Amino acid sequence: MTVNPRACIYFGLMALALMAVGFLQSWSLALTILNLCLISSIMALGLNMQWGYAGLFNVGVMGFAALGGVAAVLVSQPPVAEAWSAGGTDLGLTVLALAAAIAIIVLVRRAMGKGPLRTFVTFVLAIAGYGFVRIFFDPASEAIESVDPSKTGYLGGLGLPIILAWPIGGLIAAGAAWMVGKIALGLRADYLAIATLGISEIVLAMLKHEDWLSRGVKNVTGLSRPVPYEIELQTTDWFLGLTESLGAAPIEASSVFVKICYALLFVAVLGILMWLAEKALHSPWGRMMRAIRDNETSAEAMGKDVTRRHLQIFILGAAVVGLAGAMLVTLDGQFTPGTYNPLRYTFLIWVMVIVGGSGNNWGSVLGGFLIWFVWVEAEPAGLWLMDLATSGLGESSTLRAHLLESAPHMRLFVMGLILLLVLRFSPRGLLPAKTRHQ
Amino acid sequence: MDDILNAIVLLTNFVIVPALAYGAQLALGALGVTIIFGILRFANFAHGDLMAFATMVVILVTWVLQDAGIGIAPLPTALIALPVGILAAIAISLFTDRCVYRFYRQKKSAPVIFVIASIGVMFMMNGIVRVIIGPDDQSFGDGARFLIQVTQFREWTGLKEGLAIKMSQALTLGVAVIAVAALFWFMQRTRAGKAMRAYSDNEDLALLSGVNPDRVVFYAWVIAATLATIAGTLYGLDKSFKPFTYFQLLLPIFAAAIVGGIGQPLGAIVGGFIVAFSEVTITYAYRKFLLYLLPAEWVPDGLVQFLSTDYKFAISFVILVVVLLVRPTGVFRGKVI
Repeated sequence: MTVNPRACIYFGLMALALMAVGFLQSWSLALTILNLCLISSIMALGLNMQWGYAGLFNVGVMGFAALGGVAAVLVSQPPVAEAWSAGGTDLGLTVLALAAAIAIIVLVRRAMGKGPLRTFVTFVLAIAGYGFVRIFFDPASEAIESVDPSKTGYLGGLGLPIILAWPIGGLIAAGAAWMVGKIALGLRADYLAIATLGISEIVLAMLKHEDWLSRGVKNVTGLSRPVPYEIELQTTDWFLGLTESLGAAPIEASSVFVKICYALLFVAVLGILMWLAEKALHSPWGRMMRAIRDNETSAEAMGKDVTRRHLQIFILGAAVVGLAGAMLVTLDGQFTPGTYNPLRYTFLIWVMVIVGGSGNNWGSVLGGFLIWFVWVEAEPAGLWLMDLATSGLGESSTLRAHLLESAPHMRLFVMGLILLLVLRFSPRGLLPAKTRHQ
Repeated sequence: MDDILNAIVLLTNFVIVPALAYGAQLALGALGVTIIFGILRFANFAHGDLMAFATMVVILVTWVLQDAGIGIAPLPTALIALPVGILAAIAISLFTDRCVYRFYRQKKSAPVIFVIASIGVMFMMNGIVRVIIGPDDQSFGDGARFLIQVTQFREWTGLKEGLAIKMSQALTLGVAVIAVAALFWFMQRTRAGKAMRAYSDNEDLALLSGVNPDRVVFYAWVIAATLATIAGTLYGLDKSFKPFTYFQLLLPIFAAAIVGGIGQPLGAIVGGFIVAFSEVTITYAYRKFLLYLLPAEWVPDGLVQFLSTDYKFAISFVILVVVLLVRPTGVFRGKVI
């Protein structure tokens, strides 16, 4: 592979910007931004697979990221034995009832011929089945949620190392994407967008309100970590020796060290994904995906199964987003469904992909870095600008106070502006995808 | 007999009246989306934020009027502020069209590019609203709160259940009827309206007949912005104004437009009511209603609620999916995107 000089310049500038934060603000902050840049890049990479390779308009990134996030809880938290004994039997019956209901619907649908009657019968059976499942589910969720609600009130997880949650988060998101894709992928772009937007809202609604699963808006905090804790480091001999030889304060150094550990893990994941993505994109499979994206009809005429390929890439992209979602929750150490917001988790990722260059993996990574950096740094910059702009108003002015207070929201405006400018003046992004005929 | 009347009143109070008001608000929003789709041929993701922007202007003007002591009690002051909001919404819509969408129209870009551009507009509009008025809840309703109060109703009828009709709900229906009547008059009777319908049905044929596309696009934005302002203001008066809630209204509004048949004004109205009635009827707890109608021992123990109110988005979505699978053109045979 040839090295693109433009990419080197952009990534070099990005590194300089992060170092400037390190020197001007603090290294701890620079590393925090770097870690989130890495996660954003992975999310953007996942979306780029769907949009850039295949032209699928997925506006449900938030839903898949949140599903990945819940995996972190379900894998790493210790199981709550009382909750299992209180509601486990009923929950098992719920699963059986659900399976029975689905089986009956499928069998009846097979037995009947196509037509409005079948649709009607399916509809009636679905409602009846829902009522039947609720008979077992309602007592189960109530019993589980009443087990020490202030601390647990949920089933807990598997008690496994949290790093396992990353691939599992990807798998959960992939499973959800399979279901979504089966329903929605036959639709044209705008419908798919609206459908995925709806699904992500439903996923969030479930995570917020199904307390038995992940405590809902009561949040799960104190998740375990794949890296050492600061407090432990500060009492470890080798680490104290290291800080002494470097002449750094142990408390600050420990937080920097932990963030470096995270950064290394994330870089490893991003590296593996990039390697796979680049291999895939430059293989016959990648060429087939681009052919489908650019002209579905002719690809179909060549005997390619467009629907199946779309489903495949939709699942792969969602899995990558889910993986990033699990990594994000791991980094935060808590799962807070109330903080998921489509502007931040869906549309911002879109800005990253478009700005970076749709279809180019390196572009997505650059977009992830750049846009996250701007998103974070727009806040202090906006505050500073607003302070400068309103300094003529005097200290006691209420308008000045209001403008200063609302300055952080300027970043939404800036994001929109960046998106529109790139779309208008450089529609292929900062690092355009290479095509053969150029 | 009393029991049956009580049950009917209960259902009217908690299901029919709120759903009618909500449905009217959704219908107005969906009309805007469907008209933009019919003329400009893209799903406008910025519509919810256009509603938020317009409502914000109405709120600011309302506050000024309230401070000046100007009002039209018992009606809310916001009604006088509405024209200003409409003008502001039209101005910003035409401005975004001039700066953003026109370029892609001239280039004949794919619809998906328009959608991405509308996401950019959505971000910017959202930012402006949050900077000016903040992300929090704002209340701006004043005047009489109720047209009919529960106690009054009980006195009149002697029933156990009461019926309350909020001023905002009555106003919503009244204003929505006027707005829709005016819209249909415009579309059916005026030259410009006929040109719009022709353009929406068959662009080439309309251009061939001498329809001026710039005029058509101009009218589309004027109408969409007007309806968005009315819908946003009525929703804000009825519930409350919060920028994020308006963004989230996008989903039921899209659902209403698609269910009705995209590009079909009548469909958008029907779709709005279908979505609103499904949301309210499915999330209502029927226990008390059943207690009036059935012997007590027949009524189940729980709330008899089909789905908790937390899942109201799920309902719009399920309706959307069912319609897309069963009848992709929507109830009124609209376009298939």
